[in-house]
Amino acid sequence: MYQFNYERPKTLADAEALLAKSDDPKILAGGQTLIPTLKQRLAMPSDLIDIGGIKDLDFIRAEGDAVMIGAATRHAKVAQSAEVKKHNPALAALAAGIGDPAVRHMGTLGGSIANNDPAADYPAACLALDAKIHTTKRLIEADEFFKGMFETALQDGEIIKEVTFPHPEKAAYMKFRNPASRYAMVGVFVSKGPWGIRVAVTGAGQNGVFRVKEMEEALAKNWSPDAVANIKLPAKGLNADLHGSAEYRAHLVTVMAKRAVAAAG
Amino acid sequence: MSGAAREGIGQPVRRKEDFRFITGNGHYTDDISRPRQTYAYFLRSPHAHARIRSIDTSEAEKAPGVAGIFTGRHVADDGLGGLICGWTVTSKDGTPMKVGPHPILALDTVRYVGDHVAMVVAETLAEARAAAELIEVDYEALPAAVSLGSCQKPDAAQVHPEAPRNTCFEWELGNKAETEAAFAKAARVVKLDLTNNRLIPNAMEPRAAIGEYDKGSGIYTLHTTSQNPHVARLVLSAFVGVAPEHKLRVIAPDVGGGFGSKIFIYAEETACVWAAAKLGRPIKWTADRSEAFLSDAHGRDHLSHAELALDADGKFLGLRVKTIANLGAYLSTFSAAVPTYLYGTLLSGQYDIPAIYVEVDGVYTHTAPVDAYRGAGRPEATYLVERMVETAARETGIDPADIRRRNFIRSFPHQTPVIMNYDAGDYQASLDAALEAIDYKGFAARKSDAAKRGKLRGIGISSYIEACGIAPSAAVGSLGAGVGLWESAEVRVNPTGNVEVLTGSHSHGQGHETTFAQLVASRLGIPLSNVEIVHGDTDKVQFGMGTYGSRSGAVGMSAIVKALEKIEAKAKKIAAHLMEAAVEDITFENGAFTVQGTDKSLAWAEVSLAAYTAHGFPSGEIEPGLKEGAFYDPANFTFPAGAHVCEVEIDPDTGIVEIVKFVAVDDFGTIINPMIVEGQVHGGIAQGIGQALLEHGVYDPASGQLVTGSYMDYCMPRADDLPSFTLGFTKTVCPSNPLGMKGCGEAGAIAAPPAIINAVTDALGIRDIEMPATPARVWQALQSAAPRAAAE
Ligand SMILES: Cc1cc2nc3c(=O)[nH]c(=O)nc-3n(C[C@H](O)[C@H](O)[C@H](O)COP(=O)(O)OP(=O)(O)OC[C@H]3O[C@@H](n4cnc5c(N)ncnc54)[C@H](O)[C@@H]3O)c2cc1C
Repeated sequence: MYQFNYERPKTLADAEALLAKSDDPKILAGGQTLIPTLKQRLAMPSDLIDIGGIKDLDFIRAEGDAVMIGAATRHAKVAQSAEVKKHNPALAALAAGIGDPAVRHMGTLGGSIANNDPAADYPAACLALDAKIHTTKRLIEADEFFKGMFETALQDGEIIKEVTFPHPEKAAYMKFRNPASRYAMVGVFVSKGPWGIRVAVTGAGQNGVFRVKEMEEALAKNWSPDAVANIKLPAKGLNADLHGSAEYRAHLVTVMAKRAVAAAG
Repeated sequence: MSGAAREGIGQPVRRKEDFRFITGNGHYTDDISRPRQTYAYFLRSPHAHARIRSIDTSEAEKAPGVAGIFTGRHVADDGLGGLICGWTVTSKDGTPMKVGPHPILALDTVRYVGDHVAMVVAETLAEARAAAELIEVDYEALPAAVSLGSCQKPDAAQVHPEAPRNTCFEWELGNKAETEAAFAKAARVVKLDLTNNRLIPNAMEPRAAIGEYDKGSGIYTLHTTSQNPHVARLVLSAFVGVAPEHKLRVIAPDVGGGFGSKIFIYAEETACVWAAAKLGRPIKWTADRSEAFLSDAHGRDHLSHAELALDADGKFLGLRVKTIANLGAYLSTFSAAVPTYLYGTLLSGQYDIPAIYVEVDGVYTHTAPVDAYRGAGRPEATYLVERMVETAARETGIDPADIRRRNFIRSFPHQTPVIMNYDAGDYQASLDAALEAIDYKGFAARKSDAAKRGKLRGIGISSYIEACGIAPSAAVGSLGAGVGLWESAEVRVNPTGNVEVLTGSHSHGQGHETTFAQLVASRLGIPLSNVEIVHGDTDKVQFGMGTYGSRSGAVGMSAIVKALEKIEAKAKKIAAHLMEAAVEDITFENGAFTVQGTDKSLAWAEVSLAAYTAHGFPSGEIEPGLKEGAFYDPANFTFPAGAHVCEVEIDPDTGIVEIVKFVAVDDFGTIINPMIVEGQVHGGIAQGIGQALLEHGVYDPASGQLVTGSYMDYCMPRADDLPSFTLGFTKTVCPSNPLGMKGCGEAGAIAAPPAIINAVTDALGIRDIEMPATPARVWQALQSAAPRAAAE
């Protein structure tokens, strides 16, 4: 690690002020991505602003037809939340399948989506559930938030406060784990709700999470695994690496989509 | 049951060492701190192959906290030798292997990504690391020879000028003419190309060292993560020339796993102890996991073509093998022995094969050195033999179990065509027990049931043999070893009757402190808690060859038995004197010396005390004291063998392989502690499953960068990757050592991979699939197989 200043503000306002006055600050949440990056000396921020001390960012609340989750809420808490399990069991299950227990007790929702790892799970949930991402500056629709590999709509100094997940009627997430990292090699989140039908895919795309319109249309006509069974994504634009070719990932999207629809019932 | 019976040989005694490990009270090298200690960081090559035009350390030297910076120039100026390979292999044409120098720090060329270029020593690790970034190395990047398949081509980049076509040796074993003749009369020849994938060891504790130098005495001390501290001392003094042997103390304290990777004498540890004297301060270095991936010696990495000749009845007539074995960029401590004498000599498997001929090319590539890794050569041999046997069964239509039975060696001793003389075994007994345990007969029903669930089910057998307990010194000497492979022991009985046993074996997870103590306690009839096993310090133990090749039981414990016999003999003499009886009339049982046929008896502690009071010992006849040492040189290798059978189910949609049943029946001869043995088998199978399904050390073929340099890409087995294992044991006593032990540490890693791949290829209905059989590869195999199946 290179040297940096460490700050642990108690309020969002303090955090914003610190961000504004620092040279090259970085927000620190669960540190599950940022700390390894620092340890490998791949980043050299002047200041780490640890948002772990801001109580307002750590909550889960069900209100009306949505669940609101604070940005600094740990994956384990989402996985175990009675509210989330009741209104959005697919989301709870997704959180329960992130990494390992140690990671789930440190990693946060805000950190995950701000990072937008192309193999992360939460981006698929946000996109498929038409989530609203509230920041210190504005509200960003999930459709507008994820901008490509490790890229988001967030601007400098902008902190994610919470994410609103409207309740789905039906939803399920199926994840094919990378055997080594256990991140998603292909993860497919399917949903049916006020927003219609959505199919979001993580892990497979070179530009991160994306929706599969063809599957969404097929499911709108016929909500059944068979509806997506013959929809094959072109391999072009999908990731290929040691763990699988683009063709394999394309195939897995279909398989996982089918299984997700079956699981959603 | 008496205490001794509860703790004696054959009892599942809980490991004495676990309490300290589990409660965080172990003392690993990195736990130790020395006064005025500094920290080393190694600047490593980012290139697979480059010429070093210059190294400018001037800015780095000015950086805060820097105590010293060392490069290959300093090493050369000090006249230090390079690292060595302790085994010389001779090529077919009679020439010795071609060895390129292996400097402690690179002088003018780097030969793999991670090669050690400079050592920065500073007050803190962070300062050392920061200073290292200020070192300017002017590299001229050169093309690299990375792929095993192409590194011998005339236009391939050269790793060492000493070794044209990157070929270190072209070795052969067996009888070529007889083998040709066997193939000429064969009714059928089975051929297969096989890959044995490269593995990266990943012991839980990374390598670490603290080097220090005491100006007053001139003594160097190296604390290090070693499986064989005496061998390290010998190499560092006799070959590298760090210090004379009597002025160098090597301590291997608690060591968190080795799997072979800590046998070797590496550059970093060497540099720490050498530079400590130059700086006049202790230097500590602990590898981080990324460094371990880059710089620990890797394992396996073979390409082979094999042919098996059979007669019309499915009897094996001959085996012909050509293997290209990757040695990496430099020869490591034992690397030349692994793909030759630890591999070619096991190619007869459990079978009576009249003629065998194997050729092995040991080749250099611009990758990390490759050396012994759990099993070392024997997993590669077993994989080849058992894949060939399975393929022969499929091609002849003979049941895989049956073809094995038809070819098993049944009378002992058995001389194979490839050096080994098997002393004892009953291969059918272990196979039958394993087939019974897995319900072989019921497999067809399980397969069709799986098919109904949309799953492909397969079964695979691996009847393995290995050679352990290395080894008779005379035998290995004639085969090129630079060392003898005996073991030493010293038994020190204290006046109060408790016992210290000094052993040249080294425990880094094997549980010697328990099993060795069980032996001593049961022989002397004293409680286990009265026995202390001392190991891992060249100042305490006079000499030892260390732990690898499942040798500590068969060789290390045999040395203890020899020393105990001497102790017993002397103690009897003392008892006879005390009880005024003839030595021949003294019996020693359950910790008591008795004059036969009388009720006169002395307890162990009475005799041990008398040994030190020495009152009235007839002068000249009995010396005071009770301490004896022994060196044990085994008469033969030992030959653990058995059968592992595995059943898998494959999800054709995803390619995921699930191991649904795994049975291992092993013949390890005498078992001292069944709980520890089962643990060793479990761990070995876990690593075998890792090799077969998960693990793969991959370099980018063009750039030579390590693609699998972290757990993000290198897939270590996790608990949920493993099934529950069903273990069984059969027993033929090993006639070659006093306890009848064979060794159990590597069996799982040796036996499991072919069992799994035989099961996977059975399920898929294909001839071969490369390890690791990842979901992507299995799916790909199904895609390629599907049109063919449809066409049939
Ligand atoms: C071993 C391991 C396995 C993992 N497996 C998975 C997996 O299977 N699936 C998966 O999805 N993820 C996985 N992760 C990632 C992990 O779950 C976290 O989601 C991820 O590391 C980011 O969350 P964090 O809270 O740790 O963020 P940090 O590491 O603290 O920060 C990550 C980035 O987000 C920024 N940031 C954090 N919070 C905010 C905020 N409120 N507003 C704006 N920017 C912010 C930071 O500045 C930084 O750039 C794994 C991680 C590890 C170490």
